[in-house]
Amino acid sequence: MTNELITASAADLAARLAAREISSAELTQACLDRTAAVDGVVHSYLHVDAEGALAAARAIDERRAARESLPTLAGVPIAVKDVMTTKGLPTTCGSKILEGWIPPYDSTVVTRLKAAGMPILGKTNLDEFAMGSSTEHSAYGPSRNPWDLDRIPGGSGGGSSSVIASFQAPLATGTDTGGSIRQPAAVTGTVGTKPTYGGVSRYGLVALASSLDQAGPCARTVLDTALLHEVMAGHDPMDSTSIDAPVPAVVEAARRADVSGMKIGIIRELTGDGFQAGVQQRFDESVQHLVDAGAEVVEVSCPSFTYALAAYYLILPSEASSNLAKFDAMRYGLRVAPHGIDDPSAEQVMAATRDAGFGDEVKRRIILGTYALSSGYYDAYYGSAQKVRRLIADDFTRAFEAADVLVSPTAPTTAFAFGDKIDDPMAMYLNDIATIPANLAGVPGMSLPSGLAPEDGLPVGFQILAPAMQDQRLYAVGAALEARLLSAWGAPLLHSAPDLTAAGKGA
Amino acid sequence: MSQATAEATLPFEEALAAYDPVLGLEVHVELGTNTKMFCGCATAFGAEPNSQVCPVCLGLPGALPVVNEKGVESAIRIGLALNCEIASWCRFARKNYFYPDMPKNFQTSQYDEPIAFNGHLDVELADGSTYRVEIERAHMEEDTGKSLHVGGSTGRIHGATHSLVDYNRAGIPLIEIVTKPMTGAGERAPEIAKAYVATLRDLLKALGVSDVKMEQGSMRCDVNLSLMPKDSTTFGIRSETKNVNSLRSVERAVRYEIGRHAAILSSGGKVTQETRHWHEDTGITTAGREKSDAEDYRYFPEPDLVPVAPSAETVEALRATLPEPPAARRKRLQSAWGYSDLEMRDVVNAALVDLIDETVTAGASPAGARKWWSGEIARRANDAGSDVPTYAASLAVTPAHVVELESLVTGGRLNDAMARQVWDGVLAGEGTPTAVADARGLELVQDTGALQAAVDKVIAANPDVAQKVRDGKVQAAGALIGQVMKEMKGQADAAAARQLILDSLTN
Repeated sequence: MTNELITASAADLAARLAAREISSAELTQACLDRTAAVDGVVHSYLHVDAEGALAAARAIDERRAARESLPTLAGVPIAVKDVMTTKGLPTTCGSKILEGWIPPYDSTVVTRLKAAGMPILGKTNLDEFAMGSSTEHSAYGPSRNPWDLDRIPGGSGGGSSSVIASFQAPLATGTDTGGSIRQPAAVTGTVGTKPTYGGVSRYGLVALASSLDQAGPCARTVLDTALLHEVMAGHDPMDSTSIDAPVPAVVEAARRADVSGMKIGIIRELTGDGFQAGVQQRFDESVQHLVDAGAEVVEVSCPSFTYALAAYYLILPSEASSNLAKFDAMRYGLRVAPHGIDDPSAEQVMAATRDAGFGDEVKRRIILGTYALSSGYYDAYYGSAQKVRRLIADDFTRAFEAADVLVSPTAPTTAFAFGDKIDDPMAMYLNDIATIPANLAGVPGMSLPSGLAPEDGLPVGFQILAPAMQDQRLYAVGAALEARLLSAWGAPLLHSAPDLTAAGKGA
Repeated sequence: MSQATAEATLPFEEALAAYDPVLGLEVHVELGTNTKMFCGCATAFGAEPNSQVCPVCLGLPGALPVVNEKGVESAIRIGLALNCEIASWCRFARKNYFYPDMPKNFQTSQYDEPIAFNGHLDVELADGSTYRVEIERAHMEEDTGKSLHVGGSTGRIHGATHSLVDYNRAGIPLIEIVTKPMTGAGERAPEIAKAYVATLRDLLKALGVSDVKMEQGSMRCDVNLSLMPKDSTTFGIRSETKNVNSLRSVERAVRYEIGRHAAILSSGGKVTQETRHWHEDTGITTAGREKSDAEDYRYFPEPDLVPVAPSAETVEALRATLPEPPAARRKRLQSAWGYSDLEMRDVVNAALVDLIDETVTAGASPAGARKWWSGEIARRANDAGSDVPTYAASLAVTPAHVVELESLVTGGRLNDAMARQVWDGVLAGEGTPTAVADARGLELVQDTGALQAAVDKVIAANPDVAQKVRDGKVQAAGALIGQVMKEMKGQADAAAARQLILDSLTN
């Protein structure tokens, strides 16, 4: 019974909760039991709130018993990436500098989850301040890929991808600054969407790069992703960059799964060279599935994408260097007294705390960004990067004149092994080559599984990109592809993942 | 006591014989909005420390700013009143530096895209001439918190054992108004500086955008000054004297810095580019932070805020709300009141314009209003170290009192001497003019029989004088009137006494 509850889709669970066939309390308990069984090896969570989740579940059960009309996902538990503030629950961002900090307020996303009646199971692991593609930069140790515990679960949202891939939660939240939702989804065989910039409020999301950050849903099916998307999205007066327009009809699009007559654009610059053979093979097969479903394929060129990575690694560190300046030991979080200094000044305490509290990757990016914004260098670095950003947006505009959606593999490779790229930042950064352009242009993107690479048996991600405010197209295409793949596979991809309880016992 | 020691200065006249001062003023004005610039916190002055704060103005992780529309409106109105162009599109920028009283370690300000620019303000000087101050820009920003350094002798950070920070002020909207360099001021530089700040203060007050209380810090002035040799057109190295917070100090600081710069330059030295502290008690400035060109705030556009783009219609609608400019208003009132230039200047310098305007509007004559507000009460206000409006408000003495007093005179109940006694009583808190007159038993004797008897007695006692009047020397009646008034113990109407004397001697 328990096993079946944890593998079911959120849509299915929501229907059974609504029909009162199951209770939120038993479902939440099943998730917590699964965490107790497997998270010792997967390490998806930085903090589990069993008591809070069960209390929220029981409250929903009571309201349902009282015949209250409840939101669709009421009672379905969720894991929250530890970069979103949660009132009364620790929020560390995977950093030592925020160890022990309990925010006095909820992020807007969390407020919406609570309003939707979704019990919050806990806070998931991430690369420190969401800087990384593997969770190896978490100050609290990496999360592991349920498909192969020696491999990365993607990053920064490796906690959220692994928590749903290991069936500890049906849903999780993510944030995507350069691919932190989509790349983890790709390497774990799950689904994740980065909505249009401004589609989901950033209020309470601890900023990495304000102009690139976007929160979004993580799930195991396209429909589940859409259901969560609808809960998270919508205008928020607390975020000036939030879009004041109705949320695109993502759930409806996912249910209709209709691509007939749609033009699918293959981005020439994001296929072929540099992509693992099995990744390319599964991508090509998926494109064929879409053609079979009635879509038309065109090839588009986005020449400026070549410069996306370079522009991204100037804009992101620049904004991050300023966003992370607030961590100074004065008001909250870690405070370290400098060694050998009696009666240190505030500046000396700031310096000692930042030295001890930030990891190498964070320091690297703060230094990069501080340099790029310096007077005399600003125009050459930050200024030029903004121009490239404009060119990339122009490339998208032209491409979307030829195609309704654009597609590419989500990441060049399947999950790499721990340690493979940790000492080579450029190699690590290159993993995000296909996901970064969407963040620079603010357009929405989704990753969903397209199969296992024949050479290593690991999941491959298929990326769909749509014009800004047309998020529903991702779901139409994603759901159509998912349906075709599911009938080809005979069962969801994750059903062929290893049995983690056995792995746990063996470890 | 200040530990500061004065540097050498050249006498003012000597300095100006050799050098031309170049003056620049930066004025920060706290807007009187109900809420802060980027959050909904209250802005009341003097509240319990850290009682008017929230995640946004405390810079907590995840919090985001939202622009206060009222603040933008005030900024535009100030820009319009300063004859500036208003930007049709501009952005906020982050000014990055570390300081414990700045919660985010960057100040949200404006950099190369100010909301208002290229304006001017005409300033009237004591000799009746006008000096046009060119305005470089007026931009929006937020205030910082306030540090209180405890344990040192001076209240400065030097020597303090610890510091307390109050974030109530953090995020209060500020407008920074920057002049272009003022040249050609010569020996009038100190006067122009003071007159500019006074004129600006009156203008901002008339706009109703700030309470402009220099003593409470809601209007703060930085004085930039450099000297160039008489025959030169190349600006010298400037000093920036911070927080010169009274009109008198502005004048004194300019005068002091002219002397200090001149002493350095005339001995062949080089002025250091630095910020300087103004010492109100000793009237000198001392060196603060050295400001090298290497100081780098790494400005970049604030990605958490959308651009401010007021439409032309909005700007015109705000222009329509501008009050009459104070200088134009003074001209209009002078003409309406029939004051001489000298009288008007005295009234302006004594800050009596508003009070007289209210008093005349309430029904008093312009001459009467000026007389009552600038006599005894001005002497008392001066003794109390205050100005008349403030002093009158503290005594609860109002324009209505003046109107009532004047009507007691014109109605024939009091003569001028009695009215002065009544006014003394009003200022002493004895009540309204009528109540004071009643209590003190002040009333002109209306009984013509008693007055005639007194006139007859005085004429009989002064036959020589009476004869002169009979011979046509009417002015000689004055001596008789004085004696009649004495007879009547002051309780007589001098005009009536005069008439009776003339009637008795010429018929």
